[in-house]
This record gives sequence, C-alpha cells and structure tokens, in this order.
Amino acid sequence: MCGAPSQGRAGLEAVDLTRETVIQGCVRRDGAPVAAAYVRLLDGTGEFTAEVQSSAEGQFRFFAAPGDWTVRVLSAAGRGEVSLTCDRGLNEAELVLA
Amino acid sequence: MTSKRADVLVDADWAQEHLDDPKVVFAEVDEDVTAYDGGHIAGAVKLDWKTELQDQVVRDFVNKADFEALLSAKGIGNDDTVVLYGGNNNWFAAYAYWYFKVYGHADVRLLDGGRKKWELDGRELSTDTVSRETTSYTASNPDTSIRAFRDEALDAIDNKNLVDVRSPDEFSGKLLAPAHLPQEQSQRGGHIPSAINVPWSKAANDDGTFKSDDELRTLYADAGLDDGRDTIAYCRIGERSSHTWFVLRELLGHENVKNYDGSWTEYGSLVGVPIAKGA
Repeated sequence: MCGAPSQGRAGLEAVDLTRETVIQGCVRRDGAPVAAAYVRLLDGTGEFTAEVQSSAEGQFRFFAAPGDWTVRVLSAAGRGEVSLTCDRGLNEAELVLA
Repeated sequence: MTSKRADVLVDADWAQEHLDDPKVVFAEVDEDVTAYDGGHIAGAVKLDWKTELQDQVVRDFVNKADFEALLSAKGIGNDDTVVLYGGNNNWFAAYAYWYFKVYGHADVRLLDGGRKKWELDGRELSTDTVSRETTSYTASNPDTSIRAFRDEALDAIDNKNLVDVRSPDEFSGKLLAPAHLPQEQSQRGGHIPSAINVPWSKAANDDGTFKSDDELRTLYADAGLDDGRDTIAYCRIGERSSHTWFVLRELLGHENVKNYDGSWTEYGSLVGVPIAKGA
C-alpha cells in the first residue's frame, strides 16, 4: 500500500487531476509506514496551510496549488521534512523520519 | 484585559486527573467524525459537528429545542463542566465551544492541544462504548453578541476589525479551501476588503497548544488589530475562526468579538459584494 508509485491513484477517482494539484505520499521510518503521524503542509513562505494525520498505511494527501511547498511531519516516532515544487496533477512526497 | 485562561482552558494533566470526576464531561468533536471510534479519551462522549450540530435542512445551527434534546441525550447537565477536545488542533472543538456559549452553557473549557497533544504525549485512548444517563438540559436563547451574520460582515468593512484567519494562500485567493480538502468550490476567491490576515495557526504551537498570552497579544498587535474597535473573525466555514474567537475573547479578554460562521463559503458566494484579492 505504501510507496510510490504503488500508492498511485487510490481514492483519486473522484478528483479532477487536470484541475487539482495533489500532493501525496507516505511517512516511513526504518522502511516501515508510520500511522497517525501529523503531516503539515507549509506554503512557500513557511506558513501553515493544512495538516492531516497519516493513514494506517502511512499515507497522506493534500489539495494545493502549483508552486513551492514544504511537507513537515511531527510524530511520536520522530520528525521529517521535505520541500517540493508542484504542478497541477499528482505530486509525490516521501517522508522518512529520523 | 485579564487572562481568563484558567477558567476556559485545561491541560492534559488536569484532564487526566478529572477523568472520573462526575461533574466533568469530556466531549470529542472532530472534522474526521470517525476519529472518535478509533480511540477517544476514556469516558468522553462524541459530538458529530455535521449531523448533530448542524440543521440537516437549513444551513444553520440546530435550534434551541434540538440542542436541548441533543445535550440531554448525551448526558450533559447544565451544571456540568464540559471539556471539549478534538483533532485538527481543536478547530472543531473550538467551534463547539463557541456554539455551547451561543446556547449559554456556563462552564465549558477546551483541552489545550486537543487530541494531538494527548497522542504526542502517548496518553491512553479507549475504544469502550460510553453511555451516560440522560439529563434534561435547558439551553438559553442564542447569544447573538458572539455570532455575526453576513450583513454585519459587510458593514464591518473599514469599520471594525475583520480578522481573516485562513492561510495566506486562501486569503489571497490562490486556494479556495484548506489544502486537505479538494479545491473545487463554487465561491469566488479572495477576502473581505479591509480584513487583516492572521492565520489561526500563528496562535498555536506545533503540538496544537495555544501560545502564551504575551505571545498572543504581540501577534495581534503586530498584525494591526485595533483594540478600540469591535472584531469579527471569519475563515471558510467558521471552525478555524472559532479558534481565533476563543483566543481573542476567552484568552485575551477582548470584548465584542464575534465569529462569522457563514464565513467565506457564504461571503464568497454573495452576488455583488466587494472582494479583495492578493496579500
């Protein structure tokens, strides 16, 4: 379940990827998915934009807009952060906690 | 302005010590209404903001009689201390807090940090079914001194503090909804002219707890909030602005602070009203 591209488009059937900018991915530590981690989306200036909890399989998903974003994870299992530049459609972000 | 923090906010240790207190009722309110079922604070009842706190036909609160029936069925009494908590940094718990105040509940408090802090602390969650004896709850008539409607929001342009608590990208019109939700919406993007943008998140620490009174005072002063004016807070549907309403009125003690729960989904759909775009 966890990991690109196998996570793929599950659950995205109703989402119009020609219009939405989806940022999704998986939170992992030591190769294993981390559930219920707090995954936060920050905009290009570092300001909070949204937060979700990762699923049982470590997955998360945001609906953003084209541009620069940072995904930051806070969890009892550790912290992690990744920055990415997104276009319309599907954008994958993988988070490895340390 | 004296802080009322101790009367309106409890920390996780206080909550833990009062789990078996018969006069304290814990109630969980989440955006994700399935979160409670996966584990909740022991003894906490669940409030569903969508099916229980919203009228299912008209876009509005449930009426007084329905609120009384709901709280009676949940086993909440008029003299109980109600401690609200939830996910999403307490957005919906703050919304329920404000809602309980609209209907005049005397002693309602928020659990600082909500579910997030509780989970990050590694505190116990229970999946046991909770049942409480029914009560006969009596609500007050709605207190509209803390609730703003669309005409007031419009009249507030250049007259009152309008605090848009959404993220900067929603304020500017780049996004139409918080980014954990799909962006296809019917309303126009942007904000109410003359509004200042103070995202709700600036009032909270990463673990979801509120910042100190001093930090909060500085935050709103630096953002240009005029203490001499009345204030209306809004967001997209009124839950994040409840968080800021709580900060301004309940923590910092500002008077005349209203939450505009129609918020951007209503305002941004009105025909002919002025809209400002950009930062």
